[in-house]
Amino acid sequence: MPEKVLEVKNLKTYFYTDEGELRAVDGLSYHVNKGESVGLVGESACGKSVSAMSIMRLIPYPPGIIVGGEIFFKGQDILQVSEEEMRHIRGDQIAMVFQEPTTSLNPVLTVRTQISESLELHRGMNKEESAKEAVTLLQLVGIPDAEKRVGDYPYQFSGGMQQRIMIAMALSCNPELLIADEPTTSLDVTVQAQLLEIMGNLKSQFGTALIVITHNLGIVARYVDRVNVMYAGQLMETGPTDAIYGEPRHPYTMGLLASVPRLDLPRNRKLSVIPGLPPNLARLPKGCSFAPRCSYVTSRCREERPELEEVGPDHYRACFADVRKKKDK
Amino acid sequence: MSDDNILVQVEDLHMYFPVTAGVLRRKVGDVKAVDGLSFHIKKGETLGLVGESGCGKTTTGRSIIQLYKPTSGKVLFEGKDITQLKGGELRKTRRNMQLIFQDPYASLDPRMTAGDIIGEPLVVHNLAKGKALKEQVDELFRMVELEPRMRIRYPHEFSGGQRQRIGIARALSVRPSLIICDEPVSALDVSIQTQVITLLMRLREELNLTYLFIAHDLSVVRYISDRVAVMYLGRIVEITDSDELYDNPLHPYTKALLSAVPIPDPAVDRQRERILLTGDVPSPVNPPPGCNFHPRCHLAVDSCKEHVPELRNIGGEHWVACPRVG
Repeated sequence: MPEKVLEVKNLKTYFYTDEGELRAVDGLSYHVNKGESVGLVGESACGKSVSAMSIMRLIPYPPGIIVGGEIFFKGQDILQVSEEEMRHIRGDQIAMVFQEPTTSLNPVLTVRTQISESLELHRGMNKEESAKEAVTLLQLVGIPDAEKRVGDYPYQFSGGMQQRIMIAMALSCNPELLIADEPTTSLDVTVQAQLLEIMGNLKSQFGTALIVITHNLGIVARYVDRVNVMYAGQLMETGPTDAIYGEPRHPYTMGLLASVPRLDLPRNRKLSVIPGLPPNLARLPKGCSFAPRCSYVTSRCREERPELEEVGPDHYRACFADVRKKKDK
Repeated sequence: MSDDNILVQVEDLHMYFPVTAGVLRRKVGDVKAVDGLSFHIKKGETLGLVGESGCGKTTTGRSIIQLYKPTSGKVLFEGKDITQLKGGELRKTRRNMQLIFQDPYASLDPRMTAGDIIGEPLVVHNLAKGKALKEQVDELFRMVELEPRMRIRYPHEFSGGQRQRIGIARALSVRPSLIICDEPVSALDVSIQTQVITLLMRLREELNLTYLFIAHDLSVVRYISDRVAVMYLGRIVEITDSDELYDNPLHPYTKALLSAVPIPDPAVDRQRERILLTGDVPSPVNPPPGCNFHPRCHLAVDSCKEHVPELRNIGGEHWVACPRVG
């Protein structure tokens, strides 16, 4: 049995707004093993970022609040620890890389100051040591001429370089879990490839567990070990990457995969369209939240919410339908 | 090549933007956004334009439609050079070319109703009014699969995908022959992207439209386009038909770009060659001399630093701007 670094159990994070109770994350459970990379995929507002912010306990209150569930990090429920203790975990043992490096870096501090901060805070280094370590970290993420550039300000770096700095900062304390929230979405594809390659290397070098949050199905296929597919705050399907792509068993996963154009397939392949729109989180349907858009829908789906069931080795889905039967027809 | 079949012919197009400095706004240089482009778009064809941010693809689209006055070069629309047109003449020609923008949140006036937004071009060009206007707007709503009763709603009441449909309906209202789609789906969710792509392809068939499809997502561009032009720092490095682009890419930049796009199937993706480019795209203010890709190119030799490579035909519709391949 591999050691679990993180285990999320029945997490519920709701937001209270004028529209009512928004169930951004609604009963989410998954785990991440030591040194494993897990992809969290889904479309906007499916709750993937909110679930990550819940792990970091960075949900803005009000309007957001974690109303239920447990998050075990190395066996300890971090929803129960004090804010003071959480500050020692956050940035030190769990680090996060955000989507927009430009808005996440402090524009008036040099890169050295920003990287040193957590080194001094969490690892008790003095100024001299942390400055030296900052250079080493920049070299690690492939910033050329690191000795010189460490004294520069964020605006003097390109978007790709800024994201490298964010990764360097996140890695500065050797975290056991790194959460990357759409780390490459605002970047060009060639830069994206460079960065993901770096993150993959770091994972194998330091054994850091990784959660990659993205809407890009390709990135997940190439870079993670296991995939969690989310829809409307819930887990639809989870399994090893090869199983999810090779043998998807949830209609939403199947629909997503069939709806993206692929470089390697003939151009005249017809894309299948998932009709309709994602549901309003304040007015979720009673049964399965994907039911209104699902082609396998039955009356049971509209009444009852499906639980996760095992469909293969380490492969689970939340669906009642026999998707393989219809496929054969 | 003044073929009847050619709708748009771009000849040696340059679009430079001045860089100014100091209180006197002295000109200190140029951003060479588009630096010598030549290509054509056939009637009824979809030409894809791909490249990374800052490569000049949006500028190219806007220069064709004359939103920017090109620094030099010609744009022939139905055989007529439109770069010198002014006033009413220009407006009349422009009716035939419409633009669909990337961000459906920013490109619609928040204080106009959907019906007014879609009908506005008809009013501006004096094409319809009164009852005829309302009928045509209703028809446009149906064409993009929206319900005409939504005409009284404001943009904020629509989802991203619906707003993009409004943008498309507005572009279609004046019955243009050319539509320039500038990243029309990149701001949308995966399932909504497919809905909009499918709509664009259906409209192309039904209305016999010609598209210039600008996007950075290679899989989307290849899917919708007949031919694809790959741009790097203001120049076209390779132009070829869409199947050939994936089956037989030649330019080292095209190859790197393709290999950087992961295929959503791990079994297939593992088999592919991966080329990692080093460094960043250089600044278009001060691009490298000669072939501007040479500092990042693994095939580069000394002569690449001196000569700007010309697009060379290597058979069929396949053109490449690199003397080291093909």
